[in-house]
Amino acid sequence: MPDQQTSTLRKTPLFDLHEQQGGRIVPFAGWAMPVQYRGIVDEHNAVRTRAGVFDVSHMGRLFVAGTDAVRLLRRALTYDVAKIDEGRGHYTLLCNDDGGIIDDPYVYRLDAERFLFVGNGSNAERDLEHVRSLVEPGMDVELLDRQEQTVMLAVQGPAASGYLARIIGPEVAALEKRGCTELPFMGYKLFISRTGYTGEDGFELATSIEAGRALWRQLLAEGVEPCGLGARDTLRLEAALPLWGNDIDEKTNPYEAGLGWVVSLGDGGEFVGRAALQRIKASGVPRKLAHLKALDRGVIRDHFPVLHRGEVVATVTSGSFSPTLGTSIAMAYLPVAQAVEGTEVEVDVRGRRLRAMVVRRPFVASGAVSQRTAQQQTASSKQQNA
Amino acid sequence: MAASPTDRKYSKEHEWLKIDGDAAMIGITDYAQEQLGDVVYVDLPEAGGTITQFEKMGEIESVKAVSDLFTPASGEVLEVNQQVVEKPELVNSDPHGAGWLIRVRLSDASETEKLLSATEYDALIQAQA
Repeated sequence: MPDQQTSTLRKTPLFDLHEQQGGRIVPFAGWAMPVQYRGIVDEHNAVRTRAGVFDVSHMGRLFVAGTDAVRLLRRALTYDVAKIDEGRGHYTLLCNDDGGIIDDPYVYRLDAERFLFVGNGSNAERDLEHVRSLVEPGMDVELLDRQEQTVMLAVQGPAASGYLARIIGPEVAALEKRGCTELPFMGYKLFISRTGYTGEDGFELATSIEAGRALWRQLLAEGVEPCGLGARDTLRLEAALPLWGNDIDEKTNPYEAGLGWVVSLGDGGEFVGRAALQRIKASGVPRKLAHLKALDRGVIRDHFPVLHRGEVVATVTSGSFSPTLGTSIAMAYLPVAQAVEGTEVEVDVRGRRLRAMVVRRPFVASGAVSQRTAQQQTASSKQQNA
Repeated sequence: MAASPTDRKYSKEHEWLKIDGDAAMIGITDYAQEQLGDVVYVDLPEAGGTITQFEKMGEIESVKAVSDLFTPASGEVLEVNQQVVEKPELVNSDPHGAGWLIRVRLSDASETEKLLSATEYDALIQAQA
């Protein structure tokens, strides 16, 4: 990558290690990030069958603490954080007054009055400003932006727990899904949660720069696959997880995106976008985010038109090749009548019509690949012993 | 990157042409497959069709992007490599051998003068790096 370009982009504390590893560096949301090392398909498959590690230090990391932390976060987020138990995390949405989605952060509750808010790298500054703007005079709450002082890694895959437990401690394996805690590591504090963006079992970790670099190196030395943004995208798409900026944004609301489960209206708590979301929920939505699986050869990509019975009815929001399925998969907002499993549509791929079918999410279920491999191994050893 | 094989000629668009009598095999170079990343589809001209030197003859698609394929020579398409159509990853693993794309009957042997030798091609990609 030309030096001129890299100088204007931000670099994570692991940048030199990515270069050393042979990472292909590309610009992403203002950061210089590795899109791949060995290759997207190899990295993707490593996560589905074993374990891979991603540098996600570009994501926002905001600690919110104080007796009014719950109050402040209730005002900012669609999900009622009071429902989140200590030592657990939950997917949430940040909406604007029209009910459009500003970001889709994950919020972790470390204890009664201390939360960690993790937002998309592209929205980190905006999230902080938005939350800060909701602080009322007299509120006992502190916002601590820890992005620059820390490293964040995602270790994902059926073997992730084993690798991390050996390096950090048995508490890792004991963490429940969506659980979170802080552990000592190399004399520093390490945040760890059993969450991720790949559809596999996995963990997300945040710690000091020194400990983060050491952890990255040790994971690679143990045989965990270094993975870039390319595999991160194919993995999350197979898991049917939306990407902010593509599948959800300020022009989409949670209900049409299938994220109504993350909007808490029952407790009566006031939050930004509540009135609009109540109206939208009551009137219903004309379109829904649907999941398309290609029936013909070719790759469906973002922005391609989607046709039903010859008429353009939608635009692809995310599309790529699924290494696990060996075919292209995509998402698009289809009119409600067509957003039904089994509907056949056509996608205009550079002038050629590619047939696709609406399927249920996810495209690839969590653990499906490693379970299938284990079943095949059991079957073949039974055959050998028969 | 290893020196390009000297048993063939090259185009600036990173294709190679391996001549065998009045016919030739066409593929993309090791440099090209490396730049592309994991190839997932190849869209090739049909057998029986004609192609014209340096014009677009098809597309090659990787996970992240699609690239045009240009032919280094004119002629009639004799054969499409079915193996590569079924397993596009062959283009990555063996771009100069099993990853060949099509075989053509050359319509004008003198066209090869417009192509690069292995040494000239290697100099070109060195300059681009």
